[in-house]
Amino acid sequence: MALYRALIELADDHLVLGHRLSEWCGHAPMLEEDLALSNFALDLIGTARSLYAYAAEIEGKGRSEDDLAYLRNEREYLNCLLVERPNGDFAHTMLREFYFAAFMEPFWQAALASNDKVIAGIAGKAVKEMAYHMRHAGEWIVRLGDGTEESAARMQAAVVDLHPYWEELFSGGDCDALPDRAALRPAWEASVKAVFAEANLDWPEPVYGQNGGRDGMHSEVLGRMLSDMQYLQRAHPGATW
Amino acid sequence: MYSQGLIGADSRTEETDEFLAAFQARIDAEEKIEPTDAMPEGYRRTLIRQIGQHAHSEIVGMLPEGNWITRAPSLKRKLALLAKVQDEGGHGLYLYSAAETLGVTREQMTEELHAGKAKYSSIFNYPALSWADMGAIGWLVDGAAIMNQVALCRCSYGPYARAMIRVCAEESFHQRQGYEIMLTLCNGTKEQKEMAQDALNRFWWPALMMFGPHDGDSAHSEQSMKWKIKRFSNDALREKFINATVPQAEFLGLTVPDPDLEWNAEKGGYDHGDIDWDEFWRVVKGDGVMNRERVQMRKDAWDNGAWVREAALAHAGKRAAKVAAE
Amino acid sequence: MGDVTPLWEVFIRPRNGLAHKHVGSLHAADEALALSAARDVYTRREEGTSIWVVRSEAIAASDPARAGENFDPAEDKIYRHPTFYKIPDDVGHM
Repeated sequence: MALYRALIELADDHLVLGHRLSEWCGHAPMLEEDLALSNFALDLIGTARSLYAYAAEIEGKGRSEDDLAYLRNEREYLNCLLVERPNGDFAHTMLREFYFAAFMEPFWQAALASNDKVIAGIAGKAVKEMAYHMRHAGEWIVRLGDGTEESAARMQAAVVDLHPYWEELFSGGDCDALPDRAALRPAWEASVKAVFAEANLDWPEPVYGQNGGRDGMHSEVLGRMLSDMQYLQRAHPGATW
Repeated sequence: MYSQGLIGADSRTEETDEFLAAFQARIDAEEKIEPTDAMPEGYRRTLIRQIGQHAHSEIVGMLPEGNWITRAPSLKRKLALLAKVQDEGGHGLYLYSAAETLGVTREQMTEELHAGKAKYSSIFNYPALSWADMGAIGWLVDGAAIMNQVALCRCSYGPYARAMIRVCAEESFHQRQGYEIMLTLCNGTKEQKEMAQDALNRFWWPALMMFGPHDGDSAHSEQSMKWKIKRFSNDALREKFINATVPQAEFLGLTVPDPDLEWNAEKGGYDHGDIDWDEFWRVVKGDGVMNRERVQMRKDAWDNGAWVREAALAHAGKRAAKVAAE
Repeated sequence: MGDVTPLWEVFIRPRNGLAHKHVGSLHAADEALALSAARDVYTRREEGTSIWVVRSEAIAASDPARAGENFDPAEDKIYRHPTFYKIPDDVGHM
């Protein structure tokens, strides 16, 4: 079940982050970004669906993608803590997106060569989406980091706030069908470094890296998100929507 | 000077009788009016007001459905609803752009909305209280909107008509999306069907009000019809909507909340009960349940995003200065 | 404050082999953001394979008041069109 578990980790990452981004819809700094953030969310939730569907198939217990998304509790969610961080301001949201996409882009790139055809198929679509997320989030990080005094301060504050959370991206279940997460670290660091240099941002001193998401140990925010997300499925057990 | 090729250039027109007659002749000949063309000031003002209201309706209209994106009950529904609300943002954007060709800026229109000076469709001042409201809004509100919008595809002002063609093409999934939600609920549990009926009960009358006051009470109707900004009367579109929608409600097994609704074979359409125009005007004038919150939410999004917009401009300025120095 | 984010015109090539066509406008502070926004706003339904964005204020347009002198004189130059010339059918397609 190593593959099942690894798929759930990935799917949860995508769903939780997609859900967070969907919270922006109607509240972005300008209409153009309402559309951009919705596109991000649609990409991520779309990938989550494919991953859940495949996980359910591997599990072989007749569960559906929605059973996996809507009927597991917070302790059963295996996403990393980074993706559940609240949206904060636009700087936080773009940085969180960049950290995630800068990890997933090389991840899917490597997964294109997976001996598992389903995974290679998902990777083929997702790798392009992540390349765009990286580019667009990167554009904003540069503009906010090297914009006004206020935007630079907010951008740097986001860097500090999210600093305990990026390292967990490199942890997760091992299985032959998926790329080795730890091996992607140099690529991720190179992407982040390049954008930080252009944005005049400082990389903070090391802090204790928070983790535990892969064991279902989350911060308190995830439970609230799930109670919102799962409300109808929980209130009407067995109903079709 | 016509350097601003896509933005209405000289808004000052000498409105002699000859000029107005010549303009009307162009309209009557079904010529489209384009941004740099000479046009009566009243025509320009009417369009700015109407397109602005239409754009605001799309943007404020994102909020009631946005309220349910995070609670959508399946991943498929979540994607569909998010894509729909995203489309509404896009439609607002196309419409603001169309209005901008007339020499008003999106910032000006936005400020008017936030100051409570600009109107938007009163339906969005009703709360979205259950998941069935996502069905009812898609089915009824988008259904009513599309009746208006299809008519506007032939509007005399080119940029507005072109924006509407794009909007209508994109909206074709919105109503179906809503109706499918209703259908699923009506085939579901007892609670789900009750939820659907309750949503229809709450949204039916406000949907009828979306077409605006009766023709005789509509302040701008006659001149707008003459200028072909508007091509069908409020009442005609409303009747069309009722005739199309009542059989759809019957198919769902739901009851339209109008005891006076009756098929009139002679006119080939439904007769319906009186619309509560007091409620309509009350909500339009700001006293609906959600008016204050809706505008406040838009204002918050705009104000909280000011530093982002300023940063982007500042960065662009720095970059341009760097290029100039090289 | 008070600065207005500039307006851009968006042109999309629906597929290779066709010209870019004007599809609408948007607001963005610079070229890169304008291109991203054009992608996010105007290509959500596979509308294109290439995007151009141009600052609206950079476009020069002909004066509609001079449409008569600009465009009407072409009307009677029918000798520019192939149908002006009579060739017997026996010659075949030309």
